[in-house]
Amino acid sequence: MRRSILWRKSVNIAMIGATGLCATVTVAALVLILGYLAWKGAHYLTWTFLTQLPAPVGEPGGGMGNAIVGSGKMLLLAAVTGIPVGLMTGIYLAEFGGRTVSFTVRYAADLLNGVPSIVTGIFIYTVVVLTMGNFSALAGGLALGIMMIPIVVRSTEDIILAVPGNMLEGALALGVSKWRGVATVVLPAARRGIMTGILLSLARVAGETAPLLFTSFNNQYWSRGWDSPIASLPVVIYTYAVSPYKSWHDQAWAAGFVLLALVLLINIAARAVLSRGQPAQRG
Amino acid sequence: MKIQKSRMLVWALSIAIAGLILSASSSKSANLSSGESPAGQTLLLNAAGSTFAYPVYSKWFNSYHQEHPNVEFNYASIGSGGGIAQLRAGTVDLGASDMTMNDKLLATFKGKTLQFPIALGAAVPAYNIPGVNVALKFTPQALAGIYLGKITKWNDSELARANPGVKLPNQKIIVVHRSDGSGTTFIWCDYLSKISPEWKTKVGANTSVNWPVGLGGKGNEGVVGLVEQTPYSLGYAELTYCLQNNMLYGTVRNSSGNYIKATLASVTAAAADNASELQKDIRASITNAPGKDSYPISSFTYLLVPASIPNAFKLDAIKDFLSWMLSEGQTQLQSISFAPLPQAMVDIEKSMIPQIQ
Amino acid sequence: MGTVVTSSVRNARPEPSGRARAFLKRLQNGDAIAHHLTLLFALSILLITGLLVFELYVHSAASRQQFGWHFLVTSTWDPVSNQFGALPFIYGTVVTTAISLLMAIPLGVGGAIFLAEFAPPRISDYLTFVVELLAAVPSVIYGLLAIFTVVPLLREQVDPFLQNKLGFLPLFQGPIYGVGFLAAGVVLAIMIVPFILSVSRQILLAVPNEQREAALSLGATRWETTWKVVAPYARTGIFGSVFLAMARALGETMAVTMVIGNTPKINASLFAPGYSIAAVIANEFTEATGRVYLQALIELGLVLFVLTIILNALARVLILATTQRGTAHT
Repeated sequence: MRRSILWRKSVNIAMIGATGLCATVTVAALVLILGYLAWKGAHYLTWTFLTQLPAPVGEPGGGMGNAIVGSGKMLLLAAVTGIPVGLMTGIYLAEFGGRTVSFTVRYAADLLNGVPSIVTGIFIYTVVVLTMGNFSALAGGLALGIMMIPIVVRSTEDIILAVPGNMLEGALALGVSKWRGVATVVLPAARRGIMTGILLSLARVAGETAPLLFTSFNNQYWSRGWDSPIASLPVVIYTYAVSPYKSWHDQAWAAGFVLLALVLLINIAARAVLSRGQPAQRG
Repeated sequence: MKIQKSRMLVWALSIAIAGLILSASSSKSANLSSGESPAGQTLLLNAAGSTFAYPVYSKWFNSYHQEHPNVEFNYASIGSGGGIAQLRAGTVDLGASDMTMNDKLLATFKGKTLQFPIALGAAVPAYNIPGVNVALKFTPQALAGIYLGKITKWNDSELARANPGVKLPNQKIIVVHRSDGSGTTFIWCDYLSKISPEWKTKVGANTSVNWPVGLGGKGNEGVVGLVEQTPYSLGYAELTYCLQNNMLYGTVRNSSGNYIKATLASVTAAAADNASELQKDIRASITNAPGKDSYPISSFTYLLVPASIPNAFKLDAIKDFLSWMLSEGQTQLQSISFAPLPQAMVDIEKSMIPQIQ
Repeated sequence: MGTVVTSSVRNARPEPSGRARAFLKRLQNGDAIAHHLTLLFALSILLITGLLVFELYVHSAASRQQFGWHFLVTSTWDPVSNQFGALPFIYGTVVTTAISLLMAIPLGVGGAIFLAEFAPPRISDYLTFVVELLAAVPSVIYGLLAIFTVVPLLREQVDPFLQNKLGFLPLFQGPIYGVGFLAAGVVLAIMIVPFILSVSRQILLAVPNEQREAALSLGATRWETTWKVVAPYARTGIFGSVFLAMARALGETMAVTMVIGNTPKINASLFAPGYSIAAVIANEFTEATGRVYLQALIELGLVLFVLTIILNALARVLILATTQRGTAHT
């Protein structure tokens, strides 16, 4: 039975509309959240706020300078540990994997993703903090790095597998060895998707509080080196948000805004550097 | 290969920022967290624990630092249990807890540990009844009955009797309690255990308990948020929180028969009237304290200090801080809505300081 | 640069004498290095996960000894008398995750389809950017916002409406507080949508254009092309993103604990307050001071691990049962 053209065209329009609605709802959610943060905390966003150390409650001035730097440092460490592991594993699963090993590793990565962040924090606490004898930025960065890995693995593997097989086959037919083929043909083709996965995982760990409570602790002052406690935006947000003082609540909202701005900056910078500068193309 | 200007710019910027961050992390440590401090360099001490007391420590450590620029006290609010655990593990120098440590817990520590009450807090009953804007009077039995699930309506006789002249609606009471472990829960349950034998056997007192009824809110802000949003609800929250946010809360009848509203003064009174008990054991509970002006649901928050501190610089800094805290520090509490220690307590604690060696 | 020699020709040379020589020869073949290098990293994940499970297992020993299997089927959680049972938390975790997936999958996949197939490329880029930022919002902020926006909305508009129209189902009966399973599910859905949308969109974009062109040239509408040709091709990748999302939902703590009501009770109604494993760990771990108490909490972490394994397995079975040929890698 042939469906009438009119019916098919109507379904077409309807579904385009429906999916558009889905996209709109999701985008609207973020815009609302950003708007709320801006509205609540905007008047705190001064240069002082971004560069000074925190002041005790009730006293004017004070800022989150140390928390911003702290978050930056730990995200750097997380990226350095999480990205290579995740990337390499994703490549392994997609290109080299044997059946059982692949299955087990994939499962393990999924499990790792499902661990509550506080449990990851406690794990790093027992393995790193207790061994070192003190809280540190190192421990915090490692905890965040571990949390990044599963997302990078999954998205890398999925994207590489989605690259058409004939691209690699063409390279192999020209006599290139497999690893060269993957490195010079497949990975560049998958570059945008891999970047998405990495940035997504970075965004996710940027906002995590629980794992940092037991690893990087907190610090009211500037911290030096990697082996002392360090402040971070999510921990400060959490501490201020659950306090009784309205001025601290406002600062928490402002800090949330700063955190999102930080992630946005990293996003923009990474894409600008690594993409070909063209909008997403199909196929 | 032609590289666009914008890409070069972003590369340069990223490298510059990374360089800045890395240089800020150079390991030429003024970080002496392991503690030696020759004169002139900064001494860093770490404290952790109670989220409730965080504003106090934040203010004190900052003020102390202004007067002693080469001493830095660092604080992280990871919860009283966390503070105790970190002190036991030796990863922090001082712990902060809203609860006292019983002998069993103390035995798990390597050396002797002293508990210094530093300030007072209280748990107050906050509620949201459309149409009622006055402070309701709560008898101990009313509170126990509500939290046991026995008193279910606002116009129950127990509440009506204590509040003649207030029109209480015929609505179910929606009970709210803390979901996270907290010292506030502990003193609330400690009080209920003292005035209600049924509560004592059925539920008991701890930072977390098996609540017979009610919704759990996370943190003071969770409980208050729920109460503010839910008509006909009742919850308990820290006095500090309620004062700072201008909340409506009720009065509670104390053991002398007076309905006392929790204020900084009535809370300090609860400690003052109990000084003799505290002299014997600093861990004595002051809920349902005798004294006609005492607020019955009050308690201390404690600073936990190891009795033996090997590092001489840290030892001096901590002892000096404790003396400072008992004199100058106490004057700073009222502005942030914490109740100061009564003079009797200050004296008791001053005599404890020499025990630290 | 060496001569261009295919690997088959290389292998056709006679075997060099000696084991060491053979090994070195293989090493020259960069593929082996690449294989082993990536394998090394992959195994490190096994190491980390294994170590984590080991730590959880070891630190929950006292609790496991005391309660045994009863832990999984008891409903009491009493820190004062040291009686602990995991059942209400398991229930809450499963229910909230299910609700969130039910909402997030259509939103995420639908949005991804729109942004990948129908939207103009530049707009698609910018909007996806915006959606990915959602993943960076700290869960504390999600929780706070939810208390002020989602909970009142549910309590005053949505829940009564649902109870009105669908009240014959036990899912929608009982008193309405605003907080509860439904509120937690909604907040979780918003939190996990970015993962589904972002990753699915990338996968869809990677589908070769020839597939689309072939369908369109046969007279299919844009939607039919997408639904019947492009999406099935990308199916595995889309499922992968759902796994990511599900794992995140299972382990989310802060936001959930602020809106779920934190009551360890099992209830058929979606309006009832409940509790989840991650939420109770986050709530009580920092204050718990008894040995059995702490270990019971860690045992809950172990239970969550096992739960994740089971749910993952179920999901895979579901996928296998519905996957046909014609995906990106069969």
